Amino acid sequence: MPWPGGGSTPVVEAAAAVPDETDRRIINALQGDFPLVPEPYREVAARLGLDEAELLRRLDAMLERKVLTRFGPMFQIERAGGAFVLAAMRVTEAEFERVTDQVNAFPEVAHNYRREHALNMWFVLATATPEGIAETTTAIEAVTGLPVFAFPKEREYFVEMKLHA
Amino acid sequence: MPEAVARSDLDALDRRLIVATQAGLPRVSRPYDAIGEALGIAGEDVIARLRRMLDAGVIRRIGAVPNHYAIGYTANGMSVWDVADERIDELGARVGALDFVTHCYRRPRRLPDWPYNLFAMVHSRSREEVAVRVAEIAVLLGDACRGHDILYSTAILKKTGLRIAG
Repeated sequence: MPWPGGGSTPVVEAAAAVPDETDRRIINALQGDFPLVPEPYREVAARLGLDEAELLRRLDAMLERKVLTRFGPMFQIERAGGAFVLAAMRVTEAEFERVTDQVNAFPEVAHNYRREHALNMWFVLATATPEGIAETTTAIEAVTGLPVFAFPKEREYFVEMKLHA
Repeated sequence: MPEAVARSDLDALDRRLIVATQAGLPRVSRPYDAIGEALGIAGEDVIARLRRMLDAGVIRRIGAVPNHYAIGYTANGMSVWDVADERIDELGARVGALDFVTHCYRRPRRLPDWPYNLFAMVHSRSREEVAVRVAEIAVLLGDACRGHDILYSTAILKKTGLRIAG
């Protein structure tokens, strides 16, 4: 699903949704180890000195404003029989919007970034089976008419996407 | 790291649980009960299955994914390096251990277009800060590195996370 209301979120738009101090404390507290207990939000709220209703309200608001892109389990799909692959394309300025819409329409495209390079569109494919990667790559090439460069990971040295807010 | 869980180690209900939670957890007082209700199982079974997937590494973590632009990390540089094959595993592990590197992988070169085989993502509050950090990586790699580049992101085009079909 593309971002509601448009194909991309430029830096300037996101700057309008600056989280306040309490939001930042919530973000920092929730970057891992969400409790696996019957009432997890209550436990996190107590730790932050908030009440549960306020925590839930702020979480909803941050998801709505896209300060958070999601909240929940982060699956390592390779350990469930699936596959992740980084891929890149070279897209001309004139075609950029069309190709963005075409690529983003694939549910297998988990995220997609514009980058400054001749290879200027970089996306991650996540599929339920390893074969799904080749199928999706071929389908994207067919729809866009452009070659897709796949960069499967050969080795993972480190992954920990935790940023202090 | 625990051994990879074979596909067969996840049963049909685990897979339904992945599909039910990949878009996120419900923001209600008893989220696991709510998921269990949708799947026809008890909330405590949801908790037990999530716990098992966490322990097996099928789930990396449960939590929030911030939009890094919105929390001030406006400079996102994918640094890419052409590192001698015989040294890349030793050096990749050291680059990955730097505290400002959030992801670090070895990937295949695509010659002649793409000579780089080491990818290290650097998130910072400015491009100047990214450049300083990338210079630190360059020092660490020394003469094992034959060239590098930094690809800055200029827009998030999509960021939904994975969506496997049910």
